[in-house]
Amino acid sequence: MRHGMQSIAQTPDERAKDQTKVISRLIKYLQPYWLAVLGAFMLVIVNAAMQALGPMLIGRAIDQFISVGDRVGLAYTMLALILVYLTSMLSMRYQILLMSKASQNVLRDLRMQIMEHIERLSIQYLEGSEAGDLMSRLVNDIDAINSFLSQGLSQSLGALFSLIGIVIAMFLMQWQLAIAALLIVPFMILMTRQFAIMARRAFRRTRSTIGDVSADLQEELGGVKVAQAFNREDLNIRRFAERNAANRDANVSANAVTSAFAPAMDVLSTLDTAIVAGLGGYLAVMGIVSVGTVVAFLQYVQNFFRPIQTVSQIWTLAQSAFAAAERVFELIDTQPDIVDLPDAIEIFEIEGKVVFDQVSFGYDEERPVLHGITFTVEPGETKAIVGPTGAGKSTLVSLILRFYNVTDGKIEIDDLDVKAIKQRSLRSKMSIVLQEPFLFSGTVLENICYGKLDASDEEIEQAAKIANAHDFILNLPDGYNTQVGERGGMLSQGQRQLISIARAVLANPRILILDEATASVDTRTEVLIQRALNRLLEGRTSFVIAHRLSTVRNADEVIVLDGGHIVEQGMHNELMARDGLYADLYRRQFFDPQDETTGAASIPVN
Amino acid sequence: MKNVSRTLIYLWHYWPTALGTIVSLLLVTVANLLTPQLLRLLIDDGIERLNLDIVYWVAAALVGVAVIRGVFNFLQGYLSEITSQGVAYDLRNSIFEKLQTLSFSYHDHAQTGKLMTRMTSDVELVRMFVGNGLLQLISALVMVVGAIVIMFLMNWLLALIILALIPMILVILFLFVSRVMPVSQKVQKELGALNTILQENLAGMRVVKAFAREVYELERYERKNEDLLDINLDLVGIFSKYFPFLFFVANLGTVAVVWVGGLQVIGLQLSVGELVAFTGYLGFLLMPMFMIGMIGSMFSRAEASAHRLFEVVDAESDVLNKQDAIVLSEVKGEVEFKNVSFRYIGAESNVLSEVSFTASPGQTVAVLGKTGSGKSTIINLIPRFYDVTEGQVLIDGHDVRDVLIDSLRSHIGIVLQETTLFSGSIRENIAYGKPDAEFEEIVAAAKAAQAHEFIVALPDGYETLVGERGVGLSGGQKQRIAIARALLVNPKILILDDSTSSVDAETEYKIQQALDLLMENRTSFVIAQRVSTVRDADLILLIDDQKLVGQGTHGELIQTSELYTEILATQFGDRSELVSVVEEEMKI
Repeated sequence: MRHGMQSIAQTPDERAKDQTKVISRLIKYLQPYWLAVLGAFMLVIVNAAMQALGPMLIGRAIDQFISVGDRVGLAYTMLALILVYLTSMLSMRYQILLMSKASQNVLRDLRMQIMEHIERLSIQYLEGSEAGDLMSRLVNDIDAINSFLSQGLSQSLGALFSLIGIVIAMFLMQWQLAIAALLIVPFMILMTRQFAIMARRAFRRTRSTIGDVSADLQEELGGVKVAQAFNREDLNIRRFAERNAANRDANVSANAVTSAFAPAMDVLSTLDTAIVAGLGGYLAVMGIVSVGTVVAFLQYVQNFFRPIQTVSQIWTLAQSAFAAAERVFELIDTQPDIVDLPDAIEIFEIEGKVVFDQVSFGYDEERPVLHGITFTVEPGETKAIVGPTGAGKSTLVSLILRFYNVTDGKIEIDDLDVKAIKQRSLRSKMSIVLQEPFLFSGTVLENICYGKLDASDEEIEQAAKIANAHDFILNLPDGYNTQVGERGGMLSQGQRQLISIARAVLANPRILILDEATASVDTRTEVLIQRALNRLLEGRTSFVIAHRLSTVRNADEVIVLDGGHIVEQGMHNELMARDGLYADLYRRQFFDPQDETTGAASIPVN
Repeated sequence: MKNVSRTLIYLWHYWPTALGTIVSLLLVTVANLLTPQLLRLLIDDGIERLNLDIVYWVAAALVGVAVIRGVFNFLQGYLSEITSQGVAYDLRNSIFEKLQTLSFSYHDHAQTGKLMTRMTSDVELVRMFVGNGLLQLISALVMVVGAIVIMFLMNWLLALIILALIPMILVILFLFVSRVMPVSQKVQKELGALNTILQENLAGMRVVKAFAREVYELERYERKNEDLLDINLDLVGIFSKYFPFLFFVANLGTVAVVWVGGLQVIGLQLSVGELVAFTGYLGFLLMPMFMIGMIGSMFSRAEASAHRLFEVVDAESDVLNKQDAIVLSEVKGEVEFKNVSFRYIGAESNVLSEVSFTASPGQTVAVLGKTGSGKSTIINLIPRFYDVTEGQVLIDGHDVRDVLIDSLRSHIGIVLQETTLFSGSIRENIAYGKPDAEFEEIVAAAKAAQAHEFIVALPDGYETLVGERGVGLSGGQKQRIAIARALLVNPKILILDDSTSSVDAETEYKIQQALDLLMENRTSFVIAQRVSTVRDADLILLIDDQKLVGQGTHGELIQTSELYTEILATQFGDRSELVSVVEEEMKI
């Protein structure tokens, strides 16, 4: 009962905007499994009939056989009753099996469809704020649909039909008593709805208070060392106790509502028993109904309560499932905004020449990020990209991979517009090493293989050696077969970076994009990463978002971006001589004015 | 059992409501057990004897029963919630308190995720078990025993038949629970694995697309998806096998009662009313037994949860105030290490061996060494985040173990590279170490930390919320807030990591300026990442292989220590290279 109420309450306060549309679309998913659904449906009806038949047979046994002393008749009736219960068991069993088979298959299909669609959508859409919300709720949404389909559907149908069965049976037996007994039903339904609303309101508060508690916890656990360093323990303990108490109080007051629900329903149901006892007793004394009828009615009345409650619970479960389904459908209906043209071609061997021709781009139309970018990179050249934060460096390299479509101008690979090439074919010629390396859960081996699934063990080891990763991998508990954990969480940042470099090495791309890592790794690892990157750059057309002097000096050319424009372009020495933004960035980044006292040179710093 | 029974102590704190719950439950049980007797009266004395008075009297009594049941059902639900939430509240508080005071040795090994689980789901499980489960169990037992006793008093033959059913139902329940538990755990695991793939694909979308691995990911997802489908259907299979069967067995009880009872009625050994009452009691048996089964299956999990909870509660902090610890009031800032050795608890070898040095008030001490050489251990010993294994750490001549921990740490400010801000306003974050600071002080600290400018540019200025629910700040901005935070405390001793995380050049410059200002007039310990810091330091501590292998100024060390030059070359390679490059260029 308590759980029932909580599940009523835990539904989010939301409804699908167009419920009928969502439902009809969900039903479409059931279509391939119509046979199972139909079978389950019929079994539900059988089961409901059996449940209505039970008390009827008992009443009959009392009236027609027990009262008159007919032992044979009693035996037959009892055998019939066993048959009824047996049928009920079997129909229940196969109904559960069939319905679950259909609903679990639907869920599988839906999950697959979502995943397929996500893989087709563009980065721009997926990283946009509109999708962000959708994505963060996706897992919960699928779960909501899951719990409705797997529990709700067959249960609510079962409950509904057994209610109908009971009502029919009662009217067949004695209509006056049936009406009297049913008088209470509208009150039950009203009360359930009212309680559901109140409970939802009450539990909304508990959701937010428990949220506060766990947010506080998460933070304090992460920052406990800082707290101790600043002597904040007592204050933190007090503050936590306050939040903790708020949560306790919210729960207690929410439960004042839910604790009242079950007893209230119970009162109604017992009242109904009293009505049947009073009226039925009167009618029996008057000789209008038999004792058996009264007994059967007493059983029916006690069985009302459960189906009504089940239906109302599942109705609220359904509401959140529909709202979730609506969001999921919205995602599925989003047209991918970067699609291959019908006549897009595959590219095979490429030289690796990259041309930006008057490229402009903005994430939305009002705010362009890049303006008229033009440059050429010859095969095998390294282009360093520098500029202040927000200059558009990351955006620029994302365009090469066609994560976004340019707003204006064009990008060419080996003199072919990237839009004329199939996305997958284009990207298979490129690799990217991100500043924040991203690994997938699985083994080290699988992660390195990510760039080339059919790589041999030797190739993988070779790649790891080039990436300076081999040694530390061998020191892991299971070597190459060590599980890296979710998002590579079992490894350090530096180790993740080395593996991501090995991944890129193995992919052996013609074009390489590098967001140089300066993240917090220790100096030794930093040197290892640096050396690995230098090896990786050899012989490939490379774009490097540079943070390091050595990279910039080794580059064939440096592009200096500022506010989405190329403001300077050239070799390191040329740019230094020009004494513009580059030289300015340079001095501040790498040269410390305090060194004036010890260094021989002195440079004015503005 | 040991741990669960220990949670009863927490229950004891709420004994009035716990007692109220039990009394209410008992009253509800009595009212429940009374109902079939009323129905017997109705049929035997009312209907059969054509006595309308008794019919009306029974109906009225049923209304009375309804009211009693309603009131006490509500009370038991409400009181048990107060009790169980109280237990949860106490448990959470005592764990949180413990976690706040446990030393770094504990937190080094503790995982936030696991601790979170303890504080949420483990506490919840114990709450449900102790606060609700145990009390419900008592009432369920009373209900079963009461029903059986009454049945025996009414008719021993029928009672025996029903009694025979109980073990059957229990066996089925037991089999069901033991089969369903591992499978449903597997379902959770598979579901988790599937969701991980989905979330990784969302978070790592750039990698997936860059390597053109969409098809591979789909296949991976599909395999897991099929696995989940299979295991889900297994679970359904178990449900469909046991549940209907359980109802069937219970229904067989009804058949037996009606059949055998019917024969007895015919033989005049039993009345129709008693027969009806019997079927009523049958209904009372099933629910409590379900409940007993459920609570039984909860028990082992609750025990495991309670065990994990008390593991934290019982953890001993190894850094504690001495009985006669004194308050360390004003300090000059002299820091001395006397033959300090340190070993992590349980570890076999030292992390630091026989380190001795003295830092005079106001000096800047650069700590230099390869990764893992013990640099951070030295600075962690000063605020007594750990206790030394041997030797002494002295501040102004006081052993840090002889002073109150709070008073010691109030003189020490810390800025580390990984900046932790807390959710709340920027103002609150700067005032973290001094919650009662005046606003002017806060602004002054922010200005000194080069943070004022960007703070006032934020939508709500100093009241802008940061942290999980607030605006995202860049690494450089966070670092400057952390500097302001340390400045506000105005410590005599400062510990910092002078590195700047990946920020652009201008920010880096500002941060370094702020750091330099911060170090003025304080005894500062710096894990040095900048050549300039090392060069300007009054004292350089060169750590290698757990030992202090050299100390002195830059001028001294560069002449005497090969290791020093080597470390300078490897750690500051890029920068020193740059210095020489720029020097060359300027000469031209």
